[in-house]
Amino acid sequence: MKTLRSTTSPDWRSALRLLPWGLSALFVGYGFVAGGYPATVIGFALVYAVFVTGLNLFMGYTNQVSFGQNAFAAVGGYMSAVLTTTYQWPVVPAMGAGVAAAVLLALVIGYPTLRLKGHYLAMGTLAIGLITYEIAVEWQSVTQGYLGISGIPPLGVGSYEVTSDRGQLALLVAIVLASTFISARIRDSRMGRAFLALGASENGAMALGVDVARTKLLAFLVSAAFAALAGCLFVHVVGYVSPEVFGLHMVILGFTMLYVGGVGSVAGPLVGALIVSLMPEVFRGFKDYQDLAYGAALIVILIYAPRGLASLFDRAKARPRSADL
Amino acid sequence: MTLASAPGDAILETQALTARYGHVRVLAPTDIRVRTGELVAILGPNGAGKSTLLRAILGLTSTTGQVMFQGKPLPRGDAVAVSARGVVLVPEGRGIFGPMTVEENLQLGAYRLGRDKPEFERRLARVLELFPRLGERRAQLAGSMSGGEQQMLAIGRALMGDPKILLLDEPSLGLAPRITAEIFEKLATLRDEGLPILLVEQKAPAALKMATRVYVLSLGRIAASLDADQITSHEDLAQYYFT
Repeated sequence: MKTLRSTTSPDWRSALRLLPWGLSALFVGYGFVAGGYPATVIGFALVYAVFVTGLNLFMGYTNQVSFGQNAFAAVGGYMSAVLTTTYQWPVVPAMGAGVAAAVLLALVIGYPTLRLKGHYLAMGTLAIGLITYEIAVEWQSVTQGYLGISGIPPLGVGSYEVTSDRGQLALLVAIVLASTFISARIRDSRMGRAFLALGASENGAMALGVDVARTKLLAFLVSAAFAALAGCLFVHVVGYVSPEVFGLHMVILGFTMLYVGGVGSVAGPLVGALIVSLMPEVFRGFKDYQDLAYGAALIVILIYAPRGLASLFDRAKARPRSADL
Repeated sequence: MTLASAPGDAILETQALTARYGHVRVLAPTDIRVRTGELVAILGPNGAGKSTLLRAILGLTSTTGQVMFQGKPLPRGDAVAVSARGVVLVPEGRGIFGPMTVEENLQLGAYRLGRDKPEFERRLARVLELFPRLGERRAQLAGSMSGGEQQMLAIGRALMGDPKILLLDEPSLGLAPRITAEIFEKLATLRDEGLPILLVEQKAPAALKMATRVYVLSLGRIAASLDADQITSHEDLAQYYFT
C-alpha cells in the first residue's frame, strides 16, 4: 500500500529552519576564502546585523517604531572613538563606556518619548536621530565636525589588535553569533514573551499583568545597547568616524535589512544584513541600471516574502488549520 | 423590573460606574454585583454597552464611580494593578497572541507568577485537564488554530493567572452551536468549582442555561436585574431589550 508522506514532518521542518543559517554561513565563508574587498563587505554586513538585531527587538518583537536608532549608534561610536583617540583608553572599556552612555541616553529619552504611539513615536524618534546628527556636526571640539575622527585603533584586547580582514571577520562573526543568541534567548524568555504580547495588543498585555510602559522602555534600552555596540564596532573596523556614518542613511538601510530579512524572526537581521549588503555587489554588472535592479529586487522580495526571507523557512511551529472546530 | 436576590457576600460590585468614549457617555451609572460561586450573565442587544462595562471594570476606558472587589476599591486607570488583584478578562475576539505558540500564550497567562515553576506546572495541569485539546497543540502557533480552540486557549490563558473572578466577553462569538455548548460546559465546570464568572453574551439561551443571575443592559443602562430562573421565554427577556 502506498503511504503518503507528510511534507511537514518534524525533520523536514527542522531542516528548513536551518536554511537561513546555512545560507548566511555560506556568504560569510565566501568572505573568509576570498578575503580583501568581499571580506570587507561581509564585515560591514555583520556590523549592520548587530544594529538590526537591536532594531528587531524593538520593532519586530514589541511592534514599536523607532527611526532614531542611529542616535544610539552615534553615541556609542563617537564615545568609543573619542575615548580611544583623545584619552588613549583601551578599546574594550571604551566600547563598554559607549554602550553604557547610549543606554543612559535611551533611558532619558525613552521615558517621555515612549508615551507616544504609532506615527507620533516614529516622528519623535526620527527627531532624536536628527538632533544627534546635528550635534555630531556642530560639536567640533569633540567630534571634529564633518572632518571626522581618524586614527581610531582596530578591535582588540590589550596589546593584541585584530588588523587583518579575516581576523576582523572572525571577530565580527563571534559578536554576531553572541548577539543573535542573546536575541533568541530574550525571545524565549519571560521578558521576550512580554515584548511579543505588548506588540500584539497593549491592552491584552496589560490585562495579563504586563507593565506596558516599563516593558516598552526595557525593549528600547536593549535595542539601544545593540545599536551602540554596532556603532562602536563600525568605528573600530573602519578606523574613522564622521557624522555621515550615522545619518538617516543608516536608519533606512537598517529598516530595509530588517524587512527583507524578516521582522520579528531571530535569523531575519543577519539574513537581511547580508542580502541587502551583497545585492549592490551582485548588480554591479548592470552599471547604469544598478540602482534600478536593486530597487526592483527589493520590491520582488517584499511582494513574495512580505514577512521577510527568513520567515519563508520558519514553518516549524505552524500546523494545518484545524477544521473540526 | 424584578430585583434579584438580596445583597450577600459580593466579591465584585460596581457602584455608579459610568464609562465614556471621548465626550460620549456609553454607560449610565451602573450597579451590578457578583457573588462568590455565581455565574452572572450580562445580556442585551448590540451596542448596549456590555463590553464597555467589562472594560470599565478593568479600567481600560475612562470611568467614574467605583468598582469594589473583595471589599476594597479597584484602582482606576491601571489595568495591571486590577489584574494583579485577580480580576482577569477574556476579551471579545479572544485576544490570543497569534504569532506565539499555545504554550507561550499559556506562559503569558501566568506572567505575574514569575519563576515559581511548581505553581506554574500546577496551573498548567489544571488548564490542560479542562481543555485537553490545548495539550495536544502546545507547540502549535495560536493563530493557526480554529476559532473554538482559540477560545479555549483564551480561557485557559486567563485561568493560568489564577483568577479570583473571570470576566468573559462574548465567548461564543463566531462559534458553531456545538462548540459554544462545549465551551459553556467548561464554564459551568468552573462555576461549580466556585470561580465567580461575569459573562457578557449575546446568545441569551445558552447563557441562561448556566447563569445564576442576569442583568439586561439596554442603551447603556441596566434595564433589568433578574434571577435566571425568572426568565422562561424569549418574551420575558425581549421586553427589557429596548426599554
